[in-house]
Amino acid sequence: MNEPAITVRNLTCAYGDFLVIDDISFDVQKGEIFVILGGSGCGKSTLLKHMIGLYEPRQGQILIQGDDIVSSHGRKRDEILRRFGVMYQMGALFGSMSLMSNIMLPLEEFTDLPREAMEIIAKSKLSLVGLEDFVYNMPAQLSGGMKKRAAIARAMALDPGILFLDEPSAGLDPITSAELDELIRTLSRSLGITFVIVSHELASIYSVADRVIMLDKRVKKIVAEGDPRELRDHSDNEFVRHFFHRQAEVRFGADMECPETHKEP
Amino acid sequence: MKAGKHTLQHASGAHMKTSDKEGRLVLSLGGRLDAVSTAAVWDDALAAVRGSRLGEVGVDCTDLEYLDGAGVALLLKLRETVEDERGGSFKIDNLKEELRQILGMVWGCTPPRWTRKEAERRMGLAERVGHYAEDAFKQFKHMVSFVGESVAIICYCLQHPRCVRWKDVWLSVVSVGVDSLSIIMLIGFLMGLIMSFQSAVSLQRFGAEIFVPNMLGLVMFREMGPLVTSILLAARSGSAFAAEIGTMKVNEEVDALVTMGLSPMRFLVAPKVLASLIAVPLMTMFFNFASLVGGALVMLSMDYPLVTFTSRVFRLLGYLDFAGGLFKACVFSLLVAGVGCLRGLETKTGASAVGVSTTSAVVSGIIAIAVADGVFALAFYYLGI
Repeated sequence: MNEPAITVRNLTCAYGDFLVIDDISFDVQKGEIFVILGGSGCGKSTLLKHMIGLYEPRQGQILIQGDDIVSSHGRKRDEILRRFGVMYQMGALFGSMSLMSNIMLPLEEFTDLPREAMEIIAKSKLSLVGLEDFVYNMPAQLSGGMKKRAAIARAMALDPGILFLDEPSAGLDPITSAELDELIRTLSRSLGITFVIVSHELASIYSVADRVIMLDKRVKKIVAEGDPRELRDHSDNEFVRHFFHRQAEVRFGADMECPETHKEP
Repeated sequence: MKAGKHTLQHASGAHMKTSDKEGRLVLSLGGRLDAVSTAAVWDDALAAVRGSRLGEVGVDCTDLEYLDGAGVALLLKLRETVEDERGGSFKIDNLKEELRQILGMVWGCTPPRWTRKEAERRMGLAERVGHYAEDAFKQFKHMVSFVGESVAIICYCLQHPRCVRWKDVWLSVVSVGVDSLSIIMLIGFLMGLIMSFQSAVSLQRFGAEIFVPNMLGLVMFREMGPLVTSILLAARSGSAFAAEIGTMKVNEEVDALVTMGLSPMRFLVAPKVLASLIAVPLMTMFFNFASLVGGALVMLSMDYPLVTFTSRVFRLLGYLDFAGGLFKACVFSLLVAGVGCLRGLETKTGASAVGVSTTSAVVSGIIAIAVADGVFALAFYYLGI
């Protein structure tokens, strides 16, 4: 059996005294589309930011292709960072550069390719995400969906084996969102890229995810893991069922008291 | 039956009546309880409930046509007043079905309660002083380490010029230096003019206005040139650096750099600091030149020939003064640009955070200049420069 692309062991994340994630462990297999989901504020993005090494965990290990990103530093860390690309929630394209320069930036910094080669690579990455007509546009001139696609193109500039996507379909219209899902599937199938996606868009989760983990902010742990369709139909956890069936949590339940009960006899 | 009736007609859509019925206070609310009309009846309704000594309070809503969040808030407040403050009972009668649904959304939930004591514990004076001192110390340490890091990165960049993004450096040089040329020249000219004029007026009484060029050259080259140029740098470019990097931080662009394996220090800070190091000595020279022009104008207007002015300026001014001034300018620019970038990188989230770091960049830049200038004054004095 081949080794997993990412291994997370006993990860605990906290901001100051506020515990966000308490001692979780999971593996992401090579080539799979792995989705982290959960309600708002349950620590999905926090988990992602720990996995990409932006924040230092309270404790635990995060192995990217077998090497711990938490304990490494210097050149080793840079080398691990280059194994994955990240698409941030708002794209995080460099606003002072055109799309082309945005994508050429990592190439310029980490390779000795001639300029023509870098331009060809940048253009081909942009056409891969359907933005070949916007090569020289500035990020501010693009719509939200285009920015996200451009950010995926930039994350792919160095052809990493792993892509992290933070809420790729949030705030997009259904068509753009479906196109993005299609893109993710194609990239995964044809290039064998491992995807780690943070999302709570049910439709896109069903269409792309091979496997999901679900976080719950009350227990601060993983409450479910597996195929999303499987979880929807057979989970015995109430929160998980509510999530997959888009049901509201009970708020106006038995304790809801209508003033009618005070009616005078 | 005891019936005391009291009617209040309010200007807006709501009206309220109070009556005592069988030992029970009844508030009859009618009309529309929206944000405008609720405001008009709020005080009266509460006063009626608080003023009565009856334990049971009922609200009769027969005539109530409309209710929104504000009206619901009034009913919640009345309930709280009656039940919690006085231990009485509170009832709502004859509320229309659709209005009851609106009320039902919040009626059942107990609103969160917190006491001020728990939420914001007031710190004692000693504790607050301690916190401030700790913060100040931490910031100072942070700043020292940042300045050290910037010096290290500048040295590294100078040793390995290939890893510097020179395109960014030249762009920054243009925005820091070239674009500020007009204001630098203007301020320099005015300062030279004003200082010469003011001192000439005083010195004229002793017939000593001939010494104005001596003073002007020394003051401008040694002190005012570097100082004013760097203060202008802090105001114009330090703030711009902080705002630019701060916005990048808010937009996660700095995070994106980090996860690409690119150090923000090398990628964002180094070009800006290098650009300032290149531009500021030149700016200082332009400032000095402009101030001499201002001084010359004053001397010419007092009928001294130009050659008297220039020869007196340059006879007294040595290369050491000139070099010392430029060295000071370099150090100031390093501090100002570094602090600007540091404040930018420290930005927290949100648009207001960018404003905070911009302000802080200018303030700490100017403080850094003042402190460094004091150190230089002492050092130059003891070194005899």
